[in-house]
Amino acid sequence: MVRARRLRKQFGDFVAVGGIDLEIRRGEVFGFLGPNGAGKTSTMRMIACMSPATSGELEVRGRDPATDGPAIRAGIGLVPQEDALDAELSVLDNLLVYGRYFDLPRRVIRERAGQLLEFAQLADRAGAKVDALSGGMRRRLTIARALVAAPELVILDEPTTGLDPQARHLVWERLYRLKREGVTLILTTHYMDEAEQLCDRLVVMDRGRIVAEGPPRALVAEHVAREVLEVRVLPADEAAVVAALDRHGAGCDRLADRLCAYGDDGDALLAAVLATGVHPEGVLVRRASLEDVFLRLTGRRLVD
Amino acid sequence: MERVERVGVTGAVADVGARPTGLGELCPRRLSRPPWVRALGYFLFRWRRTFRSTLAGNFVYPVLYLAAIGVGLGGLVDHHLHGGATAAGLSGGSYLAFVTPGLLAGSVMQIALGESTYPVMGAIRWERSYETMLATPLEVTDVLLGHLAFVAVRVLTAAVVFVAVAAAFGALASPEAVLAVPVAVLVGAAFAAPLMAFSVTRERDLAFSTLQRLVIVPLFLFSGSFFPLRQLPGILQGLAEATPLYHGVALARTAMLGTPWRLADVGHAGYLVVLTAIGYVLARRTYRRRLAA
Ligand SMILES: Nc1ncnc2c1ncn2[C@@H]1O[C@H](COP(=O)(O)OP(=O)(O)O)[C@@H](O)[C@H]1O
Ligand SMILES: [Mg+2]
Repeated sequence: MVRARRLRKQFGDFVAVGGIDLEIRRGEVFGFLGPNGAGKTSTMRMIACMSPATSGELEVRGRDPATDGPAIRAGIGLVPQEDALDAELSVLDNLLVYGRYFDLPRRVIRERAGQLLEFAQLADRAGAKVDALSGGMRRRLTIARALVAAPELVILDEPTTGLDPQARHLVWERLYRLKREGVTLILTTHYMDEAEQLCDRLVVMDRGRIVAEGPPRALVAEHVAREVLEVRVLPADEAAVVAALDRHGAGCDRLADRLCAYGDDGDALLAAVLATGVHPEGVLVRRASLEDVFLRLTGRRLVD
Repeated sequence: MERVERVGVTGAVADVGARPTGLGELCPRRLSRPPWVRALGYFLFRWRRTFRSTLAGNFVYPVLYLAAIGVGLGGLVDHHLHGGATAAGLSGGSYLAFVTPGLLAGSVMQIALGESTYPVMGAIRWERSYETMLATPLEVTDVLLGHLAFVAVRVLTAAVVFVAVAAAFGALASPEAVLAVPVAVLVGAAFAAPLMAFSVTRERDLAFSTLQRLVIVPLFLFSGSFFPLRQLPGILQGLAEATPLYHGVALARTAMLGTPWRLADVGHAGYLVVLTAIGYVLARRTYRRRLAA
């Protein structure tokens, strides 16, 4: 569905995307996980044929965005990072207007708009002004709008950023349904739980580069370990704890306020720390996540 | 986590029958409308909500101006003219007839200003309607052309109402005055295209009110709308004759007064056409830079 080789995007001298390779297959949910400024939106805009690549090769839906932009976009639904709904129009009219850009007959758009409002659980809001919608409803309307022309590829730039947990889960559930219908989904996020929940495969992006790639669980297994021990200790005790963990063969990252150690048995790591005689101020043993992958690979956290 | 994987494995094959969104059925496509017409369609659709108040405004403006300046002030002017209106350079035989084309061109310029500054910024920053269009098969030039065409439609509507009101005031000499409508559209385009080229480069709307105060108002007052330019000192007269509104006023005057078309009118029209073309080429460049970065 999407192939990229050494894909690069520069704004003046600033490199937003520094030569990435991608292979996104039909029917999969593919994620871009990375912090703000990683280059996710720049990449989405290139894939959506809204922004020309500075260099490198890109192929979307089997065509070249540089020459076939309109034809490629005819089969893409884009959910931009910031909702771009027309506040002066009603919920239904936002869908109708959008369908006209694809030159669909009014009758077809109306029919589809009805189905999509059901899908987005907005059917009872069809006549409402966009202003009156909650953040979650707006997001669902934006998703519904992206589906008006029955795209085979849907690109979602941070679909749930800023939504409360309930609204996020509703969005996720709708995205599962799209996936079940065989729609290819590309999404960006800086929430590791979102990436873990939704994506078949993902890339971890940082400063315009891809630092890891694979299915979420495989990435965790490859780069971290099964479990993570987080301990908070006094600065004076830190060296002793790190040395103990080292002897235990566990990888270890120092954060501002705590240490993270990785191993297949978190309790064993904790026992090793306690055996030094240090009294930790706080302790947490948990399952390793993509957050830890990012931390391991970049030394920084995804969300500050 | 497990749940995702299960969906991932069974997904694409299992549930095809359900199709809650009706996706997958392809839409039948008819003969295609040009993409820029689809962009125009959006602006027209959006206009429906305010259409009636726009029309009311288009009606009230000429009524007020023609009454106050054409009839009120005009009566005074006509009364005090020695040697007749024509000798004073007021072509048309009365101040009302003289000032009517000037008011039309001036109001068209202001509509073009209003429609190609704040709405352009709105389409970029507020509704983000440009970005929305650009995620569909529309290209940057379609978006630009569609919006420019909408400004032309707004000007056209206003001009039709204006000419009707002017006729009711008895300010028009002959049916040929309807030619003032296409002239007005040309004037509108000549202002709108370069203004859109400028507006799309702005991050904030501060410049628009400055433009109104320092450019549009002086043009409105000193382009031969209200008095013949020969009243101005030589150098200012040359300056005024170089402005686009002067040419618009002159062209509208020929149309509305029913005087014979002269070579100078070809010059006026040519000036406006060239300005429109330059504005369009510039706008294409600035639109691309801003919207397809
Ligand atoms: N139009 C632009 N002009 C200049 N710099 C830009 C532009 N768009 C994005 N950038 C810069 O490129 C970098 C990557 O941005 P972006 O792709 O939006 O990242 P993300 O979506 O991962 O947060 C950021 O540092 C951003 O400031
Ligand atoms: Mg972004």
